[in-house]
Amino acid sequence: MNRTLRGKVAVVGVGETDYYKRGESEDPEFKLALKAIMRACASAGISPKEVDGFASYSNDRSDPSRLAAALGCKELRFSNMQWGGGGGGGSGAIANAAAAVATGLADCVVVFRALAQGQFGRFGQGPQRNTIAGDMAHTVPYGLMSPAQMFAMKVVRFMSDHKVDQSALRAISLASYHHAQNNPRAVMHGRPLDEAKYDASRWIVEPFHLFDCCLENDGAAAMVLVSAERAKDFANPPAYVLGATIGSHFRAGASVHNAPDYATSAFKTLAPRLYEMAGVKPADVDVLQSYENFTGGVLMSIVEHGFCAPDECNEFFTPERLMAPGGGLPTNTSGGNLAECYMHGLGLNIEAVRQIWGQSTNQVDGADVAMVISGPMVTPVSNSIFGSEATL
Amino acid sequence: MSNAYLNPGLPQPVPSPDGLDKPFWEGLRNEQIFLQRCSSCHGWQWGPEFVCHHCLSMKLTFEQVAGEGIIYSYERVWHPVHPALKEQGPYIVVLVSLPQAGDVRLVGNLLGDPEQKVPIGAGVRAVFEHHPDAKPAAFTLLQWQLT
Repeated sequence: MNRTLRGKVAVVGVGETDYYKRGESEDPEFKLALKAIMRACASAGISPKEVDGFASYSNDRSDPSRLAAALGCKELRFSNMQWGGGGGGGSGAIANAAAAVATGLADCVVVFRALAQGQFGRFGQGPQRNTIAGDMAHTVPYGLMSPAQMFAMKVVRFMSDHKVDQSALRAISLASYHHAQNNPRAVMHGRPLDEAKYDASRWIVEPFHLFDCCLENDGAAAMVLVSAERAKDFANPPAYVLGATIGSHFRAGASVHNAPDYATSAFKTLAPRLYEMAGVKPADVDVLQSYENFTGGVLMSIVEHGFCAPDECNEFFTPERLMAPGGGLPTNTSGGNLAECYMHGLGLNIEAVRQIWGQSTNQVDGADVAMVISGPMVTPVSNSIFGSEATL
Repeated sequence: MSNAYLNPGLPQPVPSPDGLDKPFWEGLRNEQIFLQRCSSCHGWQWGPEFVCHHCLSMKLTFEQVAGEGIIYSYERVWHPVHPALKEQGPYIVVLVSLPQAGDVRLVGNLLGDPEQKVPIGAGVRAVFEHHPDAKPAAFTLLQWQLT
């Protein structure tokens, strides 16, 4: 039995709402989800009534049964939530959806993520209550409580071990902001960043300046997946799922910062499996979307996916290398979570598909292989590779 | 509490309802560090769990450990994400590994100048920060000082 997702499922539609600064969406979260799903279906040229499955992640609140009822879906055959917080499930939800389609559980699955932080509260705030118990009791009273604070501890250790300079993190931020200037959807469109502005920006938690941190946004994003057999019947060229993996390394979830391999993006075990399933090597990757909760996570992700040796980060991470169209590894070509929109990273998967379609606002010429790395430093994490018809 | 490292008003730790970390918090009140150890294979583990990840025994106990560790990593926080820290200014959180307890790690603050250079790998010793008047219950935090 050939146990692989390679080439069996394709993305045929993508859609997103307008992207808003956190709290500024006039629409409630569920309405945002509906809008994104309907736009993704319109992009594919199908009626939402034909959708028979939904997959999401990070405890998305838009329930698939309500979605199916609201959209008049003829039948619901797959409803799936990838466990884990943050953006670690972005590619995982695609893996789950693709697995459902490949195995015949469903025929047309929508992967989506909707966020209205104005309606439901912010990510970047600490808990405000009198007492705290469990794992967080061992960190919050010491002032370690936000995502930036949870992950800086890993990045400090990695940068210390491998003598990585701040300029490597800055390069990642500059590339994202550069790409956002060409992307009218981007929240930071029209707000360019340069070295001086980055260097002068305030520390959030060392080694993260303000511009090393993702945005917090309202909006929704969605993708439509069908089997490879059907994929050629749609308006868009198929963006085939060449591979996708989910997971983390030994005891990555050990609490109170006790993962034995600590200073990692958590992709060391996933990356080889992804390359094997997709049948590609790092050198084959034409364009990369690498989840920026914080730039340090991108740094470790790129190292752990074999693009750069850990001790060579200072030479490797230059803005020019990361910028489309001419850089050696064009990365986060929509502006990503730093400068397009923080839709828990599903926007990165959409951008990978647009690159395969030749429709990016920062198009890489002839992009046939597009990789997505979702949610570094959490557990589980996930990743995916999309390919054009030429890659099959 | 005037000698506390951080300004008052952060959530106060209480033992988890399932009892897993109760001996740890009780120990700190008496200036003792108790961490989880397996009665079968004698392996250490932290955070506490219902089963030993080394040998899968469910016979776990808590054993006292000397308050001596090594800085494994650290971070200097500038941006307050809690109202209690608005006037705090920068502060240092350290991740300390305990060589005498299988290198398990604990999170605390590094006492002293919040803008000091923090040497990864340096030795630290435990300092017990008591909050005897806290409501609903007194508690003690485990802080660290360079040796």
